[in-house]
Amino acid sequence: MSSINQLLLEAKSVTKYFGTITALENVNLKIHAGECLGVVGDNGAGKTTLMKVLSGLYKPSSGSLYFDGKKEILESPKDSQELGLEMVYQDLALAGNLPIGENIFLGREPTKNLGFIKLLDFKKIKELTDAHLGKLKINVKSADQKVEELSGGQRQAVAIARSTAFNAKVVIMDEPTAALAIKEVGKVLDLINSLKKTGVGVIVISHRMDDIFAVCDRVMALFQGTNFAESELSKTSRDEVIGWIMGKK
Amino acid sequence: MDNKDQEKDSLYLKLIPYFDRYGILLLLLIMIVVMHFLQPDVFLSWRNVTNVFKQISWQSMLALGVFMVIVTAGIDLSVGSIMMLSLMILAIVAKAGAPWFVVAMTPLIAGLICGLINGLGITILRMPHPFIMTLGTLYIFRGTGNLISGGTPISGFTDEVRYLGHGRIDLTWLGLEKSQYLPVSLVLIAIVYIIFWVFMNHTRTGKWIYAIGGNPSAARASGVNVNKILVIVYSLCGFLSGIGALILAGRTDSGYPNAGLQSELDAIAACIIGGASFFGGRGTVLGVFAGVMIMGILRNGLNLMDVSSFWQQVLIGSIIVLAVYIDVLRRDLGTRK
Repeated sequence: MSSINQLLLEAKSVTKYFGTITALENVNLKIHAGECLGVVGDNGAGKTTLMKVLSGLYKPSSGSLYFDGKKEILESPKDSQELGLEMVYQDLALAGNLPIGENIFLGREPTKNLGFIKLLDFKKIKELTDAHLGKLKINVKSADQKVEELSGGQRQAVAIARSTAFNAKVVIMDEPTAALAIKEVGKVLDLINSLKKTGVGVIVISHRMDDIFAVCDRVMALFQGTNFAESELSKTSRDEVIGWIMGKK
Repeated sequence: MDNKDQEKDSLYLKLIPYFDRYGILLLLLIMIVVMHFLQPDVFLSWRNVTNVFKQISWQSMLALGVFMVIVTAGIDLSVGSIMMLSLMILAIVAKAGAPWFVVAMTPLIAGLICGLINGLGITILRMPHPFIMTLGTLYIFRGTGNLISGGTPISGFTDEVRYLGHGRIDLTWLGLEKSQYLPVSLVLIAIVYIIFWVFMNHTRTGKWIYAIGGNPSAARASGVNVNKILVIVYSLCGFLSGIGALILAGRTDSGYPNAGLQSELDAIAACIIGGASFFGGRGTVLGVFAGVMIMGILRNGLNLMDVSSFWQQVLIGSIIVLAVYIDVLRRDLGTRK
């Protein structure tokens, strides 16, 4: 098997209870390098819960996670980040009052030592930001621009850039185009395609069939907390996937 | 829109960030010039300028602490009470005959512990808003201060303890007259403000404080331990109030029950005038300093002109409203909708 098809992350029979409510029951998921997996399902189907389990925000009630074939127990999102898994949140999770570069490096800022005091290395932040934005072909006026001055699509691009700035292997995107103007959707989808080419595995949660069919290689549907259906994208159709979301096969 | 209009527009837009950053200093400068013309003999005299700095010395410490809290989108109403309690503890320890360095350390430690209590209360007890926790401790700390002192003033400290608030740095070696000394409290303000400027702008913790104010869930998702940072911020705010107590001890030579009464409101006012946003994430250390100076100069100038203190209240209130209205206008212009 070539490295492009390397299995990056696998979830095996993940179950999650909240009190007496079963949010997930024996759910399986696989993501390979350079692949985009679309996860669909109605509200309450368990998509978000599954992603929170993958990122370590929730602990599964039973079941296990394998990163690069190795079983891992996640205590917090920090653990999954260290294993190369990043989330791009629906609310973008950017601090609007900070510049682009400082958002990308938030929590992991490069520092320089001045005696025994650690000071932020703004020059390095700017250099790394410019290089990274250039690699992903994201156009902004300057890395020093505040995020609140950007358009919705540019913000989404910054959020995606942040998730991939630290050699992420798997990126999970929750409704990456939901908040965007139509003309900006295409740019974000292009960005996902260029991410795939760098060998990153992308999981996209979306309600929009246009998005799923534009970037995904495989699609899986959750229904009432269980694996309902899964298929190569080329072997299914929009109508069929919409049927899955409603619980019809 | 023709080209000329566009150019004008873009020049205007380009000026906004500078106005944003230095507008408050401009206001300060205008006030100084106006006061100088109103009181040409007195206002800019050595004696009066050092007086202003001595008067704002302890308020500037409270304002700096409250500023950091406001940047996190929080509020600390207890700084005046923290200062009073720290001052009372200092007075009691001093009366018990402790050596001067122990006496000088007590308000700093007491302030830090009070701030720590605020921080832990807000995070561990999960108070819905810092307003509630610090409103509670506003009463608790002042009540405690009165309990331990019996509600009566305690006076008489040694010169070492009074040094920060009352000390003078002799400048006769520069050829100046004996009356032209530098108050130690002025040097202290400069040192503390420079340290906290570096802390807020050039350290990771400082950046995270701004990030928490901008979007706490973003900070959390980036692996920032939000609760830990909040505890640090409230503790530092208490610590600065403790420094305020030490300065006040030097200035007044006494611990008294009304110390710092309502000074939390002055501290908040200085931050707001200085451009800190109540919604968090916005404001500069330089701005707070300007805010403290504006309030100090206003009070000093109006006193020099014999204007009643009631008018001072009216004017300070008006400046708060005006400063925030300017901020609202700036927001409309600067942010993309």
